[in-house]
Amino acid sequence: MAVTPPPVVLAARGLTRQYPGVRALDGVDLTLRAGEIHALLGENGAGKSTLINLLTGAQPRDGGTITVDGVAIDPDGPGGAVKAGIAAVYQEITLLPNLSVAQNLYLGREPTRWGLVHRSRMNREGGALLRRFGLAIDASRPLSDFSTAVQQLIAIARAVDLSAKVLILDEPTASLDTAEVQTLFTLLRVLRDQGLAIVFVTHFLDQVYALTDRITVLRNGRLVGERRTADLPRLDLVAMMLGKTPTAESHLSRRPAAAIPAGAPLVRAEGLGRRRLVGAFDAALHAGAVLGAAGLLGSGRTETALLLFGVETADQGQLLVDGKAVTLRSPRDAIRLGFGFCPEDRKLDGIVAGLSIRENIVLALQAKRGWWRRLSTAQQHELADRYIKLLDIRTPDAEKPIQLLSGGNQQKALLARWLATEPRLLILDEPTRGIDVGAHAEIVRLLEDLRDRGMALYVISSEIEEVAAYSDRVLVMRDRAPAGLLEGDSITPAAIVNAIAADHHTQGAA
Amino acid sequence: MSAFILIRLKAARPQLALLVLALLVNVFVAPGFLDLRLQDGRLFGGLIDILNRGAPVMLLAVGMAPVIATRGIDLSVGVIMAISGAVAAAGVNAGLAWPLAILAALATGLVCGLWNGLLVAVFRLQPIVATLILMVAGRGIAQLITEGRILTFTEPHLIAVAGATLAALPLPVVLALAAAGLTGLLVRTTALGLFVEAVGTNPRSSRLAGVHTSLVLGAVYVWSGLMAALAGLIATADIKGADANNAGLWLELDAILAVVIGGTSLYGGRFSIGRSVLGALVLQAMRTAILRAGLPPELNLVLMALVVAAVLTQQSPAFRPLAQSLLARFKNKEAQA
Repeated sequence: MAVTPPPVVLAARGLTRQYPGVRALDGVDLTLRAGEIHALLGENGAGKSTLINLLTGAQPRDGGTITVDGVAIDPDGPGGAVKAGIAAVYQEITLLPNLSVAQNLYLGREPTRWGLVHRSRMNREGGALLRRFGLAIDASRPLSDFSTAVQQLIAIARAVDLSAKVLILDEPTASLDTAEVQTLFTLLRVLRDQGLAIVFVTHFLDQVYALTDRITVLRNGRLVGERRTADLPRLDLVAMMLGKTPTAESHLSRRPAAAIPAGAPLVRAEGLGRRRLVGAFDAALHAGAVLGAAGLLGSGRTETALLLFGVETADQGQLLVDGKAVTLRSPRDAIRLGFGFCPEDRKLDGIVAGLSIRENIVLALQAKRGWWRRLSTAQQHELADRYIKLLDIRTPDAEKPIQLLSGGNQQKALLARWLATEPRLLILDEPTRGIDVGAHAEIVRLLEDLRDRGMALYVISSEIEEVAAYSDRVLVMRDRAPAGLLEGDSITPAAIVNAIAADHHTQGAA
Repeated sequence: MSAFILIRLKAARPQLALLVLALLVNVFVAPGFLDLRLQDGRLFGGLIDILNRGAPVMLLAVGMAPVIATRGIDLSVGVIMAISGAVAAAGVNAGLAWPLAILAALATGLVCGLWNGLLVAVFRLQPIVATLILMVAGRGIAQLITEGRILTFTEPHLIAVAGATLAALPLPVVLALAAAGLTGLLVRTTALGLFVEAVGTNPRSSRLAGVHTSLVLGAVYVWSGLMAALAGLIATADIKGADANNAGLWLELDAILAVVIGGTSLYGGRFSIGRSVLGALVLQAMRTAILRAGLPPELNLVLMALVVAAVLTQQSPAFRPLAQSLLARFKNKEAQA
């Protein structure tokens, strides 16, 4: 297939974006060619959203250049990018459901007659536009009459009609079913053949291989590489995304299988699942043992935790605690059973920013005691000071607002919140994300210590090396369903990557 | 305990300063304003008047502060005043014993609060819309109870709610201060205060930490309804009649202002009952000053708007960096000179 590559439509070079304290994007290149579908891949925090925001001008860039058809552009605000031919359609549809389809299509550029909106012409032209996209619908009906999938197609039609060089699709398939995905793909292939450059962001690897021609992988704000899809085995792709580095500084070592406690599990999930959230999975959580969960972003790994903690209620399978079937309708149910949960998004779901470190630490225990049995101020101080010392939370005192702490110390404070409730099972989703190297190792040591003191741990992480090191069993998730369970000596980083990558390829370790 | 009170006083310095300022204006326009005299076992004087006139809004502010702390708002409190007053008046006129009439009025407030709480906590309506429903419908309900008239009554015990004296103070003052004290104790000696502030700051993480968020949300509206009913009893007793059209009219706005002047952010989070009460007194002192100065009462609204604009601007996240940079530039210039 040594065809001359198609012409470059968009070339971004050295794009950089600095947030306070973190470099979200660090010198990233992206090259889009006419008539190609280009997958943009990476885990959480890789910089995909930031890159899209810089391309569409939603955020200003701190460095780098963007050229379209060889002309340098400065997408200063979304309008500028549209003028240069760059349009984006986001996962959450950003159309107005209460307006008609045609009004949505022509929002801000309505055809007019005598200074008034020419409604019938707008409906007529809107209908014609949609027919070119394979949609035979009445454009005068309100947008909300149509399914998410159709709305998605309408959004794409609007974007392409506005500016037809580069189309960016941010997780367009996240809320579509299989048939709808196929319709979308058919349309995208047509658009590609018309010479459009399409950026396709997704978490579904199958879709990457089914649709895209080229792949760019980001990780931690940096460019990992650009490959032709046909030349990149799935295994290598997963390795690129997860950044599986050779075990250089891995001081972690898994304990011998003999040290793993046997016997009946504390918590057992049997075929637990919820429609449109995660497919039925099994899990057994033993006191004094770690169950790891691995998988890519969107694989369903977080969703397993949501079901185990009652954030979402399962609609199939059963959950046994101490051998008895239980139904969790809310986190409070789970907490009553002695569960704790450190969520993935510390800022949104974890800390209560604005309250002090002390109040954040006592919150779960106080909630468990109920509003009437207040922990006295002295007890609160004692508790907070004890955990600040125990977990080495670096702060001058417990009364500082928690948002002033670094990521690692916030994570420790959240751990303290749960340790104060003396849980039997602690669920941790990405406990080491966004934490500097030193604190990283501390958190892992803490988890090992808790395990040794007899706590059951369920740790979800995209750090494959780490998962492999401290887990006694590893649940691998893929495409919102379980993809395998690794035990004992079969737990190696390579084996985990293999399981994640939908193991059709038998080349062995990457 | 005294150290605790000192810390609280320190936090309330801006509100105290505002109050002192408003009182000074009163002294300026009406010499002898600060004079207190004891007559027939009851204190009289300008300060007492401000406390007495300010009692209904103080009560509303006591109920409103926790609501605003949960990032909510209760627009229906003025109307709840009218309904509860109407219930009490209709009750005694129908021959109901006065304690029962008062209980019925308070129960009405509870039910109204429960309704608001249900809409906000269970059905997840936006608080401003949820309470607007009762705000609009409530006047009609009150008018149905009074049958469109001002329902006057002569029951002496009900009139005493506004007219009696307890511990040398008018009963409304005692009721308002007692309600403030009780609410303060309730939120600070139980974990309710922490839960309210946590839910108002981050409802998602609060729920994940096991806080019963819907119960907390519901409770603050119920409490607000109860406080409003008490305020309604006082307002009704004061004029010896239930006026469905005017009782508590626009007082929800005064209550919101009082809480905001008290330093509670409309974005939820930290709140203070004591400072909200001070906020209510600041409003009443301003109003009294304008009346005593013989200025047209319409000016009141303009002045209050200015105070609110100043307080809210000072709280705005966009204003502080601006003010700081201006201040820094000013200081630099001084240093250079």
